[in-house]
Amino acid sequence: MEALYAIAVGVLTACGIYLVLRGRTFPVIMGLTLLSHGVNLFLFASGRLALAAPAVIGESADPTDPLPQALVLTAIVISFAMTAFVVVLALRAAVELRNDHVDGVDPEEDWRP
Amino acid sequence: MMLLSIVALPLLGALITPLVSRRSTAILPALIAGAIGITVVSVLLSQAPDVLGGAILIGHYPWLPGIGLSPAFRLDALGLFFALIIAGMGLLITLYAHFYFAGKHGAVRFHSLMLAFMGAMLGIVTSENLLFMLVFWEMTSLVSFVLIGFHQDERPARRGARMTLVITGGGGLALMAGVLLIGNSVGSFQLSDILAPETALTSDPLYPWMLGLVLIGAMTKSAQFPFHLWLPNAMTAPTPVSAYLHSATMVKAGIFLLARLHPALGDTDAWLYSISTAGMATLLTGAFIAMFKHDTKELLAYSTVSHLGLITLLVGLSTRMAMVAALFHLLNHALFKAPLFMMAGAVQKATGTRDMRRINGLWRTLPALTVISAVAAASMAGLPLLGGYLSKKMFFIESMNASVMPPLQWLTPALAAIAGLFSAAYSFRIFHNVFFNGKPQDLPVWPPKNPGVGIQVPAAVLALAVVLVSWHAESVVHGLIGPVASAAAGSALPDYDMHQLHHIGTAFFMSLAAMLGGLLVYMAREPLFRLYDQLPPADAREIFEWLMTRAGGTAERLVHALENGSVQRYIALIILSAIVLAGPVLLSGIQWHGGETMTPVDPLTGLGLVLLMASAVGVVLGHHQRLFALLLLGSAGLFVTLTFARFSAPDLALTQLSVEVMAVIIMMLALSFLPQTTPLESSRLRKGRDLGVATLGGLGVGLVSFAIMTRPHSTIADFFLSQSKPGGGGSNVVNVILVDFRGFDTLGEITVLGIAAVAVFALTRNLQLKDRIPQERDQYWASNPHPLILRTMARPILPIALMVSAYIFLRGHNMPGGGFIAGLITAVALSLQYMAGSLAWAHERMLTPFRPLIGLGLLLACGTGLGSLVFGEAFLSSWFGHYKLPLLGHLELATALLFDLGVFTTVVGATLLILANLGKLMTVHGPGKEIG
Repeated sequence: MEALYAIAVGVLTACGIYLVLRGRTFPVIMGLTLLSHGVNLFLFASGRLALAAPAVIGESADPTDPLPQALVLTAIVISFAMTAFVVVLALRAAVELRNDHVDGVDPEEDWRP
Repeated sequence: MMLLSIVALPLLGALITPLVSRRSTAILPALIAGAIGITVVSVLLSQAPDVLGGAILIGHYPWLPGIGLSPAFRLDALGLFFALIIAGMGLLITLYAHFYFAGKHGAVRFHSLMLAFMGAMLGIVTSENLLFMLVFWEMTSLVSFVLIGFHQDERPARRGARMTLVITGGGGLALMAGVLLIGNSVGSFQLSDILAPETALTSDPLYPWMLGLVLIGAMTKSAQFPFHLWLPNAMTAPTPVSAYLHSATMVKAGIFLLARLHPALGDTDAWLYSISTAGMATLLTGAFIAMFKHDTKELLAYSTVSHLGLITLLVGLSTRMAMVAALFHLLNHALFKAPLFMMAGAVQKATGTRDMRRINGLWRTLPALTVISAVAAASMAGLPLLGGYLSKKMFFIESMNASVMPPLQWLTPALAAIAGLFSAAYSFRIFHNVFFNGKPQDLPVWPPKNPGVGIQVPAAVLALAVVLVSWHAESVVHGLIGPVASAAAGSALPDYDMHQLHHIGTAFFMSLAAMLGGLLVYMAREPLFRLYDQLPPADAREIFEWLMTRAGGTAERLVHALENGSVQRYIALIILSAIVLAGPVLLSGIQWHGGETMTPVDPLTGLGLVLLMASAVGVVLGHHQRLFALLLLGSAGLFVTLTFARFSAPDLALTQLSVEVMAVIIMMLALSFLPQTTPLESSRLRKGRDLGVATLGGLGVGLVSFAIMTRPHSTIADFFLSQSKPGGGGSNVVNVILVDFRGFDTLGEITVLGIAAVAVFALTRNLQLKDRIPQERDQYWASNPHPLILRTMARPILPIALMVSAYIFLRGHNMPGGGFIAGLITAVALSLQYMAGSLAWAHERMLTPFRPLIGLGLLLACGTGLGSLVFGEAFLSSWFGHYKLPLLGHLELATALLFDLGVFTTVVGATLLILANLGKLMTVHGPGKEIG
């Protein structure tokens, strides 16, 4: 299971990296989301994978590590806030610059959605 | 305390002076500075008998002992000697400056800066900890920058100040590196450890680096060739500054440093040759150029350069008695150079110029100053029986004692004599030119006015000191210089044999030759000036400015090359550096599999993970069709949720689920204003490169993850698990960590969330997107904006959803749930109303605007934290109790619940603020109406 999980983390990260390296805003935003999925799963796994052992006292005899969970929980909320912010930033940039490039080229391109 | 006050008093005075004398240009600042000078001098003098007797006073003031950073002060004979010069000279300069500025506006600023400088210099010479010495060292550079640029509106002043800062600041960096090397090797930054006899820095493999770096620091500060450039250019400073910083104190800091570290770094060939070569080069260059300068202060500046070279050379020679000669000359130099600078300032006040081709024959106007200058200049020239003569003769003797480069051992004394010759010549020149040599020629101020008695008093005091030191040379050398030199050398030196100074031998003839030669050179000055003018002009300042411009240009090009505006390049570089840093470790042959047995794969979980990967890969493959990719992205989020749920993280699963819903809605909204497709524009090469980077990155993260998971688990979680119930009063450990153990983190977290929401609000304000939506697209996106079924269903769902949310919130402390999750559920339920109804319809029915909600939530969370302070507990300590209430039955109340309510409120407010403002862009109202 650990091997499969690690592969999933790797695939998510790789997909995220590939997308953040694209030259337009929207793929980059999607890439950031995938990347944060990968990172969250990675952090979460540092508490090891346990089945049916939630960190609630009295629920299981050997509860799993709650600390990474608490970290990841806040990370999820923060990355949501960041996604929202980046999305609006992309919109604002699209209006002000009249294009959605993030690759430094400045084409004379006026898009219509 | 006594040691601390030596440094602290002037620094405190520097702060107070501008406060108490804001509007006055009167005597107050000078009085403060004077009082502090007197206090420091008397404190130093009261310790003098002990310290000169060999005692070393050390005061420790523990601050950060863990990293070796504790202010510690040390007063030994060497420090006392320098401190006395600094404080005593500072006192006289204060007096001089009072008359120099004569109540003008800059006086307050000057006295304040002067005190700051004095404090910093005293800090350098009394620091026991080398790191603190560095701080003071940098402080002198900074304050001298401000003092040289005192007349900020003049271009040469600014340029001179900048040059000084670049050179001495750069030297400071080198010195810092050197000190760090030394501290690293010794294992301590305390001088007591570094100077201890058992320290063997000279055999350290890094010794050449230590010596070189410390030397660069010392040479830049003490204006040694080729770093001497800044000193003549610093003459744009007001004359009191030149007299204090650039003749008596700051330029001696480098020499102090060499003398201080001599026991640890000295007595090697590297020390001998590097320092004495630098000193000799400086001695000759300075003396030669000084002769040809027509500006009094510039002549004095080059002469200072030359004398500093002489002292450095002596420190480098390391013969048995060289340190005595060096320190004695340093004392003499401070005594005769400062009154000459004071003279230059007074003469400038009297005549309006410093050009010696115009100032002549001032003896009629300034008879007292003529006598004072005669004494000082005679000592500088090395006329018999004055201090300068004695120390220069000591120098000649030591230059013959030193066997530098054995077959050429005559070279050092010969060069020393030549330098002595030029030194005598420029001394004759500055005295004879200014006070005699015919009549003044078209002076700006005519007739020359007497600058008053007050401004001449400090110079007179110093001239008197020159005479006294010369008269009592033997007791000065034995009583003061001897112990100081012993402290510098690190071992007791025998008394200096003063009789050899009166002996008529080689050294005597060298002095005589230098004196007569100097006289000859001075007499032949007119043809020599013409010859000098024919030399190719090499203006060092221009070269320096050219270098600075070039450096600036190169830096700019480098920045442009690195920072081309492409986000991709930055990200690629960041990820590549991570790969380069981490890759070798992963490939260094460590065991990837850590040895723990893996859990078996069950088919359902396996399928979930495979689908997760498939969704992610699908997003990448389909990212040109954006809507399609977004749907797959949502599915990836759902599989992440399931993964959390499967591996015993119900809180995470709940959070991820609600976040995923909101995130997809937001991206969907954004997508309606952005192109629907991503053009195929990446080149094949580009794709290959990105694929390579992505694969390496993913491989690395996957491998690290695998390596972590297969290793034994050691965690600090046991504390949380065992303390959750008794300490935090809740059995859901994740929630207790969030609201109690790590409540401070959560407070920061929701603050970030609030800030992001407000930023979204600000960015969507006045965002004109209406013209971005063409008509036909409107059709596609909004043909049936509010479907009937959704509208009908949404309304009854709301109270149910809110109830669920309340339930999740209340049970959060003991069961999966809590403020974050409940807040998100509420937000989802409310945003459903926005989607089902219309924005305006839903917003009219909102009871409260969102931004105050965010503020309220933060206040609630902070207030709960502060509440615990009232009960004498630490910030965010929680309290709980169990109650039996009628109807509700057993109930546990915890202050953590209040905190969680703050979290809940902030999350609801922030999420809805974001969503409503993005949604607003879609409406016909456009950005006209503010929401939130």
